[in-house]
Amino acid sequence: MIEVAENKCDFCGCCVGVCPVNCIEVKEADIIIDHEICIDCDICVFICPIEVLSQTDPKRSSSSEAA
Amino acid sequence: MWKEQKKYDCIVVGGGPAGSTFARVAAESGLSVLLLEKDRDIGMPVRCGEAVSDAGLRIFYEPNPRWIASTITRMKLVAPNETVVEFDLNEKGYILDRRIFDYDLAEYATKAGAMIVTKAYVDGLLIEEDKVVGVQGVHIGERFEKRAKIVIGADGVESRVGRWAGLKTTCKLKDMESGIQKTVTGIDVHEHMFEFYLSKHWAPGGYIWVFPKGKNKANIGLGILGSYAKNGKAAHQYLDEFLEWKYPQASVLTTVVGGIPVAKTVKEMVSDGLMLIGDAAHMVNPVTGGGIIPGMRSGLLAAETAVKALNNGGPTKRNLQPYEKAWHKVGGKSHERFYRIKEAIYRFTDDDLNRIADGMSGIPENERSLFKLFSIAVRKKPSLLIDVARVFAGV
Repeated sequence: MIEVAENKCDFCGCCVGVCPVNCIEVKEADIIIDHEICIDCDICVFICPIEVLSQTDPKRSSSSEAA
Repeated sequence: MWKEQKKYDCIVVGGGPAGSTFARVAAESGLSVLLLEKDRDIGMPVRCGEAVSDAGLRIFYEPNPRWIASTITRMKLVAPNETVVEFDLNEKGYILDRRIFDYDLAEYATKAGAMIVTKAYVDGLLIEEDKVVGVQGVHIGERFEKRAKIVIGADGVESRVGRWAGLKTTCKLKDMESGIQKTVTGIDVHEHMFEFYLSKHWAPGGYIWVFPKGKNKANIGLGILGSYAKNGKAAHQYLDEFLEWKYPQASVLTTVVGGIPVAKTVKEMVSDGLMLIGDAAHMVNPVTGGGIIPGMRSGLLAAETAVKALNNGGPTKRNLQPYEKAWHKVGGKSHERFYRIKEAIYRFTDDDLNRIADGMSGIPENERSLFKLFSIAVRKKPSLLIDVARVFAGV
């Protein structure tokens, strides 16, 4: 599962721009991930300039169970 | 009052230079325009290196001295082996103060008759019979719905507006730069010179920029291409290492982060009742990362099409498509060429970059130019040489 360190986030929306399933929402000072839609592809983890996002499951496969 | 008014000709989502330029031009042509900005300020936070060319800016606005932090006439490249190449630019550029610039553009739009509202977060479109007919969202805790003949997505790199309407605005990882910038002070910089550091070691698939804002202050930032961001080292680590090396004495006044799309422009920029402009349509130059001028250009072209569509036949997809055509005519070809150049140069090794710097060093300073630089860079790829020749000839 993708975890968000909210206190680190600058709310730039970079992760939203690359999310292939549009499951991330960034407001002025709020970031929400819809885990029902998320496919754990980790692209948001890679692109975040300040490591706000992380993958909690070390063994998950990139095609793991979507909801 | 915007709270009472339920219907507008155009609703613009996003108050950057693209959105404000659209709003101004559309309002000047007599359309009713509502511009919704999610943040509390127009122009803040500044997610941008703030560089523009004088010629580019002049197409849209007479440069106002209050927008300009530094005038740039010269550039410096630093190669991986620290070879330095300097030369004067053929055309001057500026480092803007986007806080003032964006504010002024919003004021121009207001003077033309547009209504601007901040802290207005759009979280969905109103769609009826597959046509976009408005937006919904939250303004300081209160939900709102507004109808519009055309909704304009000027919502930047996130571009959710386009996705809600079914347009493909998602950026591939290999077409997105992971960016971070610090505005620092207490340093010595050449007031009139762009500085670029190129190396896989400093910023893989991107570059480090030092853009002066006076003699002692600069925007120092970098982008690393998404394909390289996979390697586990994040953009902020690269920047901290660079600052520690070059400017350990710097005080940091502002830190901003953000994604820079270095992609082809989105294939479909319009649908029934909807248009995308600026970063939302991936109009950033894929080589330089510059998005202010293409954003304003798309705002202008979209507004011209919107006016014609509303006066003649309505905002159908077919009637809005002339905007896509106009874009491809004015900037599209050169964007495609820049994209091909980017696809080649982001693969350069440090040895390649050193060779390019050596090639430039061998040319007398008064004969150096950006055109020469890119010609040397793609020397081994004759097809790209044509692209380089054409983008610099402006055809």
